[in-house]
Amino acid sequence: MSANATQRPAAGWLADVRRIAAFVALRLFALFVTVLIGVYLSILIANMGGKVDELRLVQIRLAAAEAVREDPTFRAMNDAERNRLIESRVQLEVERLRLDQPFIVRSFDYLYQAMRLDLGRAEHLHSDAGAREVYRIIAERLPATLLLFGTANLLVFFVSIFVALSLSRRYGSRLDRTVIALAPSSAAPGWFYGIFLILIFAFLVPLLPPGGMVRAPPPESRIEYALDVARHMILPLAAMFLSSIFISIYSWRTFFLIHSSEDYVEMARAKGLPSRLIERRYILRPTLSPIITSFALMLIGLWGGAIILEQVFNWPGLGTLLFRAIGLRDTPVIIATVVIFAYLLAFTVFLLDILYAILDPRVKLDGGAR
Amino acid sequence: MSPWRELWRQLREYPSAVAGLAIVVSLVGLSVYTVIAIPYAKAIDLWRGGERWQMYPVNASPAWVTWFGGPNLPRTIVVESRAAAAEEQPFEGGRQLSIPLAFDFDYDAFPSEINLFLRAQYQDRQPFVRLTWHAPDGRTVPLGAHRIAREQRISISQDLALERRLGMTPQVGLLAAPGGGERPQVQRGRHELRMEAIVFEPDARLDADLVLYGRVHGLAGTDHQRRDLLLALLWGTPVALAFGLIAAVGTTITTLIIAAVGVWFGGWIDAAIQRITEVNMILPMLPILVMVGTLYSTSIWLMLGVVVAFGIFSAGIKMYRAMLLPVRESAYIEAARAYGASHSRIILRYMIPRILPVLVPGFVTLIPGFVFLEASLAVLGLGDPVLPTWGKVLNDAQAQSALYNGHYYWVLEPAALLMLTGLGFAMLGFALDRIFNPRLRAI
Repeated sequence: MSANATQRPAAGWLADVRRIAAFVALRLFALFVTVLIGVYLSILIANMGGKVDELRLVQIRLAAAEAVREDPTFRAMNDAERNRLIESRVQLEVERLRLDQPFIVRSFDYLYQAMRLDLGRAEHLHSDAGAREVYRIIAERLPATLLLFGTANLLVFFVSIFVALSLSRRYGSRLDRTVIALAPSSAAPGWFYGIFLILIFAFLVPLLPPGGMVRAPPPESRIEYALDVARHMILPLAAMFLSSIFISIYSWRTFFLIHSSEDYVEMARAKGLPSRLIERRYILRPTLSPIITSFALMLIGLWGGAIILEQVFNWPGLGTLLFRAIGLRDTPVIIATVVIFAYLLAFTVFLLDILYAILDPRVKLDGGAR
Repeated sequence: MSPWRELWRQLREYPSAVAGLAIVVSLVGLSVYTVIAIPYAKAIDLWRGGERWQMYPVNASPAWVTWFGGPNLPRTIVVESRAAAAEEQPFEGGRQLSIPLAFDFDYDAFPSEINLFLRAQYQDRQPFVRLTWHAPDGRTVPLGAHRIAREQRISISQDLALERRLGMTPQVGLLAAPGGGERPQVQRGRHELRMEAIVFEPDARLDADLVLYGRVHGLAGTDHQRRDLLLALLWGTPVALAFGLIAAVGTTITTLIIAAVGVWFGGWIDAAIQRITEVNMILPMLPILVMVGTLYSTSIWLMLGVVVAFGIFSAGIKMYRAMLLPVRESAYIEAARAYGASHSRIILRYMIPRILPVLVPGFVTLIPGFVFLEASLAVLGLGDPVLPTWGKVLNDAQAQSALYNGHYYWVLEPAALLMLTGLGFAMLGFALDRIFNPRLRAI
């Protein structure tokens, strides 16, 4: 070890950077392939293996027939001529949407576009500003989702870590036992508590709005707008907080307790180090990577849960968008939302890998070849 | 039997586990009762709604709301003409019947609706009835005359002419004490709807049911289609338990077997399993479920299939793999190899049973997650199209703005059952966790 340390500074540093770069590149590639497969699967499911196209063909034909029948300039035509006109219009539309190509060919086309985040145009939905580009629609919705879920996650994460630490310091106390007893309440998801919160705070005691993100018409000044959004956020935040805080505290508390019975912690206690220092240096530091892992895993879990909570609270985020898009059979929007979810998840996983490598020296950077 | 007894002895030390077990056992008992008392086909048929519920009130609260003080709300009163003492007077070419449909009304609130259902049997000439309401104080209100078809419903509470004459809705006006002004009070006592009927054929018959729809009904109340919510709450139990249990068993067992196969064979099989798991972790499960529900079918069994299919390569594989890796190296596996045990024997008989006990708590805590998943899908409007479930009741309630209209029971009842199920399994699972994982027991 000591011989190693003297040689290390110059060459070792460069080698480390190279190793980290290789590791990052490898992980990025693996994740890219993963996202590729995931997105392709979503495209297959969203298109029902091509059945959606048949529905679209019927729709195109109906629309073309309707347009021709409505137009007074074609009124003088006889049936045969008119049918030919409708047919040619359908043909044009089919070629424009490239529905004449086999689905397999187009699915790879979709995949290429989706991976480049070239998300195309929505068929029915449009953004609040009126744009039809899926990219714009999603860009409008994403901040709302990030705001709500980001706040909730951070809140739950930090509160539970701090409460868990203080509980592990005096386990067996009444507060500790109360939290353990409350842990099973997390079996219910956030939207479930949301219904109760809406019932209590929006209807029985009308203090807070039952849903939405900002009152209509929205307030003029920025500060008032922010305050109003904050007011609308209280109930959904509380719902998410309630549903995950106790289980989170419980598992962290157990985790810290297991770790604080390690020999080196006992040793530090025996030395008479202050308990704050023991917590920081001997309990938190070695357990940092599992903490980060669970944070990332929680993020992954919550992305999926967004749909229903947003639906219950009428929160104008990605979840509500996906639900509406599915109701309207708006395939481009559906695929785009799934792609965005997949990218968000992949990004979370990637971040996790990197943090792991930085925090935990035991993780082998070069893929286990050492 | 002794390991079970041992487990029971340990479980008894945790009051929450006993409570959880009691909840789970009673839910299972309720499901068995429901499935026997109301067969599957009958439940689906009943839940479809329609005619058979016409004697039930719309959006009635459960009857027990009156136990907690407050006004004594009316229950549904059905007065049948068969039980009434009818007077008959024959005349040339027919009979004149006088049927009193009398009832005692002793509630603090008015009924929600009044309907008269008439059934007539005749050959050619329709019977004719004249209706008069007799209040206890002697006041009479003529309700008009009708020719009766074979099956006829006279909606007294929706008679607009009557409403105008009374100055308030008929179900209030007919039963109100005089001089109530803006806030009419109920006139208690014996009210009577007298039917003066004329039938024109010797063997013609006339039957009538007067229904005063209540504001409370049964144990669970009714919904906007007059359906008794008790049916949905009862049938929701076996559906929720079956869904949760099958999904939990399906995902745990398949995941476990796949993890074991990967660990045992190692090499590219293990690598492939790991990569598939990573792809699966990136697929957003709920959006895909919602997608399948909207595009294909919302049958609960299809949803179950998709949940299990996506659950196979779940993150659990990584955990099981970590547990199984040391098992593979243990001496008894080597012994099994030495005597020539087959791969499947080693995997299924030696490796998996070894870690099974550790998985039981996690398995129990998985169940409520799936129960709530089913409810979540139903709340999004993707519930099973025919089966009554708790989630569908919640969805109906939301679609009808139950909270806004003050029908709190409609939301609270299925929610309470969901919560009970979740708590029951979770409390049991947490206690089992401490029993099976001794490291937690000291803490």
